[in-house]
Amino acid sequence: MLAAREALTASRRAPLLSVLSVVTIAFSLFAFGLFGLAAINIREALEQVEERVEVRGFVAQGTDIESVAAAIKDVGEFPEVARVNYVSEEQALQRARREMGEFADVFESGVLPASIEVNLRQGMRTPDNVSSVATRMRTYQFIDDVRYGEEWVEKLYRLRNIATVAGIALGLAFAAVAVIIIGATIRMAVLARAEEISIMRLVGATDMFIRLPFLLDGVVKGTLGGLLALLFIWLAHRTVNEYFLKTVFFDRELVFLGIVGGAVLGVLGSLVSVGRHLRRI
Amino acid sequence: MIRLHDVSKEYPRSGVALSGVTFEVRKGEFVFLTGPSGSGKSTILKFLYMDDKPTTGKVWVNGVSSDTARGREISQLRRRIGIVFQDFRLLEDRTAEANVRFALEVTGAPNSSIPPKVNRVLTQVGLASKATSYPRELSGGEQQRVAIARALINDPFVLIADEPTGNLDERATRGVFQLLRDVNAAGTAVVMATHDLDLVRRSSYRTIELNHGRLVFDSADAGRQRPPGGSEMEVKEELPPEGGGY
Repeated sequence: MLAAREALTASRRAPLLSVLSVVTIAFSLFAFGLFGLAAINIREALEQVEERVEVRGFVAQGTDIESVAAAIKDVGEFPEVARVNYVSEEQALQRARREMGEFADVFESGVLPASIEVNLRQGMRTPDNVSSVATRMRTYQFIDDVRYGEEWVEKLYRLRNIATVAGIALGLAFAAVAVIIIGATIRMAVLARAEEISIMRLVGATDMFIRLPFLLDGVVKGTLGGLLALLFIWLAHRTVNEYFLKTVFFDRELVFLGIVGGAVLGVLGSLVSVGRHLRRI
Repeated sequence: MIRLHDVSKEYPRSGVALSGVTFEVRKGEFVFLTGPSGSGKSTILKFLYMDDKPTTGKVWVNGVSSDTARGREISQLRRRIGIVFQDFRLLEDRTAEANVRFALEVTGAPNSSIPPKVNRVLTQVGLASKATSYPRELSGGEQQRVAIARALINDPFVLIADEPTGNLDERATRGVFQLLRDVNAAGTAVVMATHDLDLVRRSSYRTIELNHGRLVFDSADAGRQRPPGGSEMEVKEELPPEGGGY
C-alpha cells in the first residue's frame, strides 16, 4: 500500500519524464507489434497459398498412358508428396472452360496439354521442397515443362522473414531506448528521494521494501506503454482494413503477451537503474 | 552485546582510518567516544549499525557478526538500534509526528500499533505538543528530540549518537544530553561520539578516546575516571534539564 503511494508520488514529481517513458515503451512495442502483425498476416496468407501449392508437369502429346501411370506411381512415393492427379487433355479443357466462362469458346480440344498435378504434404511446402519435387519431375522425358508459383512463393517467404527480422530489430532497438528512458526517470526519482531512502535504511527498511515503489512505478509505466502500443497497432490495423486489404489482428494470448511485455520492459528499466543508484546513496 | 575485536579499517583513497581497536559495550552502558576529527569515531559507529565493515577484525552487535551479516539480517538489526546524527536527518516535508511514524511505516509495523507508539515517544522526548510542527518550525534542540524519538520508536537496545549536540547551543545541548541520560537510565545502552569535552568531563560515564584511528584511552581499563586531555576527573556534576521544557 505504502509502496503504491510512494510510486505515485514518484511519478507526480517528474510528470514529463513519466509521460516520455510511457510513450517510449509504447513506441518500442508498437514497432515490434506492427511488424509482428505484418508477419502474422503474411503467414496467414502463406498458409492459404501453401494449401494451393501444386507442382504441375505438362505431359508431351502422344505419351503412352503406361509411362504416365508409372511416373504417377513414382512421384506419389516422394516423401514430400501428398497426392498426385492426372489431368487429361479433355479434363484440362473442361476446367479451363469452367474457370474462364466468357472465353469458353476460345478453347478447343487439343489446345491444352494433359498434366500431372502434385500436391505436397502440409509442412513440406517450402520453396526448397517445391523446387526439389519440380526438378525430379523434369527428369521424365515425356514431361515438357514443370510449373509452380516459384516466384511468388519465394517472395512471400522473403517478405515474411523481412517482417519478422525488422520487427525484432526495431522492437529491440526501441526496447533498449525504453529501458534507458525508464532508467533515467527512476534515477531522478531515486535522487529526489535520496534523503528518505537513507533514513529508510537507517531505521531498518529492507532493500526490497525500498525498491518496491520503484519497481511498481516501472510496472505501471510499462503496462500503460503496452496498452498504448496496442491501441496504436489496432488503429493501424483498422486503417489498413478500411482502405487496403483485410488483415487479421492479434489473438487474445498475443494481446496479453504485449501488455506483459510492456510491464517486463518497465520492471527491467527500474531494476537496472534502482540497483545502480541505490548503491550510491 | 557489542564487541569489537582487533578492528582495522583502511580506505583505498584516504588510507588507514582505524587500527587494532578492541572494546566491548555492555548492556545498558553509556559510553562516550571522543577524539579529534578524523580519529575514527564515526567509522566505529558505522560498524555498529553495519553501514560499513572492518577491513580486518570483527564486530559483533547483538549476536550479528560483521563477517556474515547480509541485507535482511542488517535491516532486522537496525530495527533494534536507534541512530541519531548531528544534522538530525529529518524529512523536511513531514511533521514531527510523521517523521517518527515513518520509521514504523517503512519497517512494516501494523497500522493500528503506530499512533500509540508515536504518542508515547513524542511525550517521552517532551514534544507531544509539537507533533504537528514541521522541522523548519522547530528549534535545533527540538529537531534533535524528534530524531531521538524516531530512534526510540522501536525500543532499541542501544542508541548510537554521532555528535548529537554538535549543532546545538549550550542550553539545547544540556537538554538533549539529559534526554540521552534518561533513555540510558531506562535501560537502553548509549554510544555517543562527541567533541564536547565539557560534556564528557562533567559526567561519570565510560569514555573511550581515539586518536589517529587508535584507541588511546578507555576509562573502563584505566580503573578510574580520567577525561580526555590528561587531568583526572574530580567533579561529577549532575546537569540540570533544559529549562523545564518537557
